[in-house]
Amino acid sequence: MLLPLATVGDPKVNIAIFALFVVATLAIVIRASRNNKSAADFYAGGRSFTGPQNGIAIAGDYLSAASFLGIAGAIALNGYDGFLYSIGFLVAWLVALLLVAELLRNTGRFTMADVLSFRLKQRPVRMAAAISTLGVCFFYLLAQMAGAGGLVALLLGISDRAGQSVVIAVVGIIMITYVLVGGMKGTTWVQIVKAVLLVIGAGIMTLWVLAKYAFNLSSLLGAAVDKSPAVGEKLLSPGLQYGATGISKLDFISLGLALVLGTAGLPHVLMRFYTVPNSREARRSVSWAIWIIGIFYLFTLVLGYGAAALVGPDVIRAAPGKANSAAPLLAYELGGEILLGIISAVAFATILAVVAGLTITASASFAHDIYGQVIKKGQVSGDGEVKVARITVLVIGAVAIVGGIFANGQNIAFLVALAFAVAASANLPTILYSLFWRRFNTRGALWSIYGGLGSAIFLIVFSPVVSGKVDKKTGASLSMITDTGIDFSWFPLDNPGIVSIPLAFLLGIIGTLTSKEAVDVDKFAEMEVRSLTGAGAEKATEH
Amino acid sequence: MSDTRPGEPDLSSYRDVQLSPDFSELRRRFRRFVFPMTGLFLVWYFVYVLLADYAHGFMSTKVFGNITVALLFGLGQFVSTFAITLLYVRWADQKFDPDAKHLRDQIEGETK
Repeated sequence: MLLPLATVGDPKVNIAIFALFVVATLAIVIRASRNNKSAADFYAGGRSFTGPQNGIAIAGDYLSAASFLGIAGAIALNGYDGFLYSIGFLVAWLVALLLVAELLRNTGRFTMADVLSFRLKQRPVRMAAAISTLGVCFFYLLAQMAGAGGLVALLLGISDRAGQSVVIAVVGIIMITYVLVGGMKGTTWVQIVKAVLLVIGAGIMTLWVLAKYAFNLSSLLGAAVDKSPAVGEKLLSPGLQYGATGISKLDFISLGLALVLGTAGLPHVLMRFYTVPNSREARRSVSWAIWIIGIFYLFTLVLGYGAAALVGPDVIRAAPGKANSAAPLLAYELGGEILLGIISAVAFATILAVVAGLTITASASFAHDIYGQVIKKGQVSGDGEVKVARITVLVIGAVAIVGGIFANGQNIAFLVALAFAVAASANLPTILYSLFWRRFNTRGALWSIYGGLGSAIFLIVFSPVVSGKVDKKTGASLSMITDTGIDFSWFPLDNPGIVSIPLAFLLGIIGTLTSKEAVDVDKFAEMEVRSLTGAGAEKATEH
Repeated sequence: MSDTRPGEPDLSSYRDVQLSPDFSELRRRFRRFVFPMTGLFLVWYFVYVLLADYAHGFMSTKVFGNITVALLFGLGQFVSTFAITLLYVRWADQKFDPDAKHLRDQIEGETK
């Protein structure tokens, strides 16, 4: 079978289906926004979503383009090693379920910083938490926007950079509109619609692929191996991507650590727990999210090997988006233009929904934490904060568009793994210490947050992902700086997690033990009692 | 937990609640469930990661057809994640929530 190389399918069909999605979701957003009045409405959707609704929205927020296109592509080309990503992304949810979600819902109001600064010195801790929130959101946003550019190349047949930049700007503007008009409520509905479409789309493709092999997973795997003569049976066991050297094996442990500890520190995920009325619904949210995300990753396993078997690794490598094009190519192979159009629209919707969620998180953190609490010291009305939040949305939207245009062509998976490593290093230690360790104090929090954030970013800058990584076969650069003459890397691993995460936990302990600050026993009592019993927790707004 | 008994400690501040036997018991039970469970799944996850990383020979053994040990271990991570989720939600709904609610009602009744 010959595939047109510049693009796949008919761009007109892809654009039409995508436009339909945008119009439909905008209508929902406008409807949902009619009751947006208070700060709790704008930041937390009035805390009126049910557990199942929020669970679906969490899945919509979490399953980014990197999960869908990235993992399916990684499995198609690297076999089992791609599957390892999805396992880390899933198991990580148990940290959120058991240790974080409910306690956070019971003690905070709008942001992660609410919880971190609860019993410590307000302004410095809140500032630190807000900075790391903005940092994680920024890397995650860049990843999504960069992904949008790559997707465009493949699906809409726009191959020049100027055209792709226009599409990135359009994605950004639609996203800003969703967030400004709909606030958290509108954003949540976009995520719900997207999650449902994504799971149904991937589910249909999964059944279709399995049906071609008489629902026999073993023969599907066999066909994938036959179609990949370069690697053969290695496709079915770990090591193809990470097994090459001692360093790459260590890198894999580092990645595994960042994935499993990162999720419960992602600010846009944590903020979703405030959209439900109480901790029981927060628990149901995570449980729903785990089921949906888990089932979805099982689908991507079939889709990845299905793409290897039905499309073949050579065709995938030759396509414009390389590994990221495996799932769209498989859709085209199975159902022609229409299925490809649907899957493309779903992939776009995925980017839109995730970007909207990140934007509202970042704007809430700036308006509520930095403006409301640090600058105005809490002496500002909810309306005043929301006004600042709306302006922040515009600024973040602009930054995301410009950043996305510059990051166009960067590796999405790397940017996402970076966001996870930063979240696991900068946020998780302080979240856990402040919930469970009585002695924990301000210096411990500051050392841990800034130490985790700083060391993660520092190590990334001097790692092979930024400079000095060269493909041995082709001589092409695999780093962010594509000039192979520039090489200032000395940290051997791609992922900093194995150093920065333990370091951040350790700094939290050392900072705490060297500080003479007395524990605020009353505040700690309030936090502990509220976190476990739900007494005094923020209630849903009445309409 | 029983209803408010005469002579039960005053719960008018969070500090009083925190020091009350009922709350200590609630916290102890919460930690006795979630901490070992967290340890368990983290150990199981890292055993899996280390095997996938360093035991290629063992992991690529075929069990039947083209299904390898690695694939079964990987699917095992899905099964254990789903199972822990089910166990925890059932425990929290049935065993933990009623006692937490009991304390919450006492606190909110007294402080308002």
